[in-house]
Amino acid sequence: MKYIEPHAHMVSRVTDDYERMAVAGCQAVCEPAFWAGFDRSGPAGFYDYFSQLTEHEPRRAAKFGLKHFCWLCINSKEAEDVKLAEEVISLVPQFLDRPNVLGIGEIGLNKNSRNELRVFELQVELAARYNQLILVHTPHLEDKLKGTRLILDALKSDRRIRPERVIIDHVEEHTVEMVLDAGMWAGMTLYPETKCTPARAIDILETYGRERLWLNSACDWGISDPLAVPKTALEMKKRGHHAALVEKVIFDNPRKFLSQSKNFKRAF
Amino acid sequence: MTRQQVLDLYFLDARHKLVEIAAFLDRVERAEGQDDFRLKNFRAALASLTGRKQHRAKRVLLAFSDPTTKPVAKAGGKGACGAWNPAP
Repeated sequence: MKYIEPHAHMVSRVTDDYERMAVAGCQAVCEPAFWAGFDRSGPAGFYDYFSQLTEHEPRRAAKFGLKHFCWLCINSKEAEDVKLAEEVISLVPQFLDRPNVLGIGEIGLNKNSRNELRVFELQVELAARYNQLILVHTPHLEDKLKGTRLILDALKSDRRIRPERVIIDHVEEHTVEMVLDAGMWAGMTLYPETKCTPARAIDILETYGRERLWLNSACDWGISDPLAVPKTALEMKKRGHHAALVEKVIFDNPRKFLSQSKNFKRAF
Repeated sequence: MTRQQVLDLYFLDARHKLVEIAAFLDRVERAEGQDDFRLKNFRAALASLTGRKQHRAKRVLLAFSDPTTKPVAKAGGKGACGAWNPAP
């Protein structure tokens, strides 16, 4: 089966994972900028990271016939330091013309602090100024409900932001409805313990419909599974879902959203 | 899927998870010391499972969630523990 992995942190994965994903039918992998697991010492660390995402990773993926795309930003876990964030945000525009860049992401909130929200708004402003797609990270666990509400309020208050050009990621049963009602896309992340299982993600599809929803693994440096999307496709088949519906969810839907990026459309 | 098919596919897995929850509560109560906000949230979440109402997963997630609406003054760390603490 063919699929798109719309959210994977491949800089943290071994090359074997690219091979396994390609064998499983992956056609393209999309990598949002995120936290390295430790705080970077300054803007230069982000410059190198953005270079890695736009130069090195596409070459590593191409060895297995995989197209590699990325999103750029400073993540919410390093957004408490507004001065650092402003310096990093000023680096982003010089990378936006690179051929594998999809937009600004994954921006969002982590602990729902004032500074995180300020940095989120600065990056929404950046996306609006450069007419970029937006990929949003919603907080973990007990912070997700409040963070999702704050994020939606901020996005809806900016009239330049078109909801169909925003994907709100890591939705669960208590946040998916408010995202879809806002006209935005919703990503379901298949991540052990802290996000959706394949069974729950399929429950959400069966409950809330098949439009403006996608599946991703968000595999990173933690315990996570780069094959979570094809494994969920298998679970859908076990439940008796038709192959065409499975393909819509794991390939057509992400392609539809991502094709709003000229870089993605050119490559597909 | 029919209800029978759902049961065939998921019953054993759900049974396994239910026994794990029961064993967790036994383990916690066997241990010396006090409960904290996490166990209080956990018990509230369990209570939301009873009855025949739908949207149980949503209610469980809401039971663990921060219900406030204003941004906090400062992030007190990076991690989340899984349950909202009303008196940190």
